[in-house]
Amino acid sequence: MKTIVLGVESTAHTFGVGIVKEREIIADTRYRYEPEKGGIHPREAALYFMNIGPSAISEALRSAGISARDLTGVAVALGPGLGPCLRVGATHARAMAAYLNKPLIPVNHAVAHIEVGKLVTNVKDPLIVYLSGGNTLIAAFNEGRYRVFGETLDIALGNFMDTFVREIGLAPPYVVNGVHQLDRCAEKGKELIDLPYVVKGQDVSFSGLLTAALRAVRRGVPIENVCYSVREIAYSAIVEVSERALVHTDKKEVLVVGGVAASKYLKEKFEIMSSSRGVELAIVPPKYAVDNGVMIAWTGLLAFKSGITIEPERAYVRQRWRLDDVDIPWFGQ
Amino acid sequence: MLTSRGSGSELEVLAVGAEAVLLKGYFLGIKSVYKVRVPKPYRNPKLDLKVRRERTSAEAKHMISARRGGVNSPYILLVDPDAGVIVMEYIEGDLLRNILNSLPECRACTLLEHIGIMAGRLHNEGIVHGDLTTSNIIVCRRIGKPYLIDFGLARASEDIEDRGVDVHLFLRSLESAHFRVKDMAFRCFLNGYGKVVGEENLTKVVNKVKEIRLRGRYVEERRRRHH
Repeated sequence: MKTIVLGVESTAHTFGVGIVKEREIIADTRYRYEPEKGGIHPREAALYFMNIGPSAISEALRSAGISARDLTGVAVALGPGLGPCLRVGATHARAMAAYLNKPLIPVNHAVAHIEVGKLVTNVKDPLIVYLSGGNTLIAAFNEGRYRVFGETLDIALGNFMDTFVREIGLAPPYVVNGVHQLDRCAEKGKELIDLPYVVKGQDVSFSGLLTAALRAVRRGVPIENVCYSVREIAYSAIVEVSERALVHTDKKEVLVVGGVAASKYLKEKFEIMSSSRGVELAIVPPKYAVDNGVMIAWTGLLAFKSGITIEPERAYVRQRWRLDDVDIPWFGQ
Repeated sequence: MLTSRGSGSELEVLAVGAEAVLLKGYFLGIKSVYKVRVPKPYRNPKLDLKVRRERTSAEAKHMISARRGGVNSPYILLVDPDAGVIVMEYIEGDLLRNILNSLPECRACTLLEHIGIMAGRLHNEGIVHGDLTTSNIIVCRRIGKPYLIDFGLARASEDIEDRGVDVHLFLRSLESAHFRVKDMAFRCFLNGYGKVVGEENLTKVVNKVKEIRLRGRYVEERRRRHH
């Protein structure tokens, strides 16, 4: 009998419901909360999720052509993420599991990004570079968990890029036709100006670069050259720490996951680095690099097969649930 | 270009690191390591040259200061920042990373304590290493002493913050590659470190390490503290 798991994602701006039947994706429903201006307001996003949640679940079941009774279990992303958003997904999943009397499976959002990345790119044991609005970390599997080998000491790469373009008046919108405003503005830049390049061991830091770049813009340095320099420095620092971690861990594959992975300039740099190291580079395609329910369903299925479930009354959300807190008993299977 | 500086003997590739190639050979008759920072094609050439030149001269400068402060590190024989080359004494031994998990506990503890002492002396000298991991420590085969290598990211700093980053990096390398022995190893390291920097500085640095570890996003400890 085939295992069928429904997964609910609601950690930030996306309410996603995915259904997997073993390795096959049979439903992928997504509703994205789009703020009119500024960033995500957690309460507004949560209200939006409450309105569309039940119909998103029915829609996913309908598109998979199954009834809720056919499910083996219900998986949910309990963290990390925004509290009010997480609670909506958790409430839906707990209710479904309790009503249907099916097992509830807890899933860590960061682990799910990695597992779906491995599923769609077919890498087995990669160095993981996780770049998104709220996360910048480099991890690899060792002794039962995804261990963190490097991360940002202050702000995440995506957050840094968004803040910079907003402060200099280029955003919102942050991304146009799939290209970030930083990359667009940098295309016209030619000259590299002197800005801090900060690598501390396997960690990066962007707060000094942000301050210095904003000061350069105020001083009257052509904005294109500042964008170009910021892009070169920030992306090179990420690739450098990835290369260091690759040497440290001796992994033969690199997997780039998360929303910022889409940048073609970052991809170019990663391609140069990985071919010089003789390792395979896999970048998760945008469809599965962004938040979605399929990744929760797939990771839930892996966890369920390793016997991981949780009682609904104990399934609290964990806003700051770290990647390296999660045991990965299914690794290598 | 490189062989001409030596005694004419061949250079043999010892290791290809993340940012440099290490070559083994002789320099004026002394068994040496040539550390050559290679250009990174993914970096803008101007940025690349700047990074390599700065790191080469800083590394040489800090290695010399470290020795002066009583830290075991290789002797420097030649520095050429524009070519990104440092020639230094060859240390016969094993990387701590490769042997730590299989060392007997008391031997590991003595070794880690000695490493703590070296980290403390380095900090007392006004230098932070910047990449203090178990991959950057060689345990000398002849005398069994640890040698600190790769000062590529070292900086002159007396900030508790930077010292905390050193200790944090070391702790994290224990957590990520030596998970089973990490608690013992870190305790022994801090024991040695405290002997050199004193009780007051030890407390400051340990508190800073805790603070650094709470800074990353999504940290469980921060949540617990608020409850």
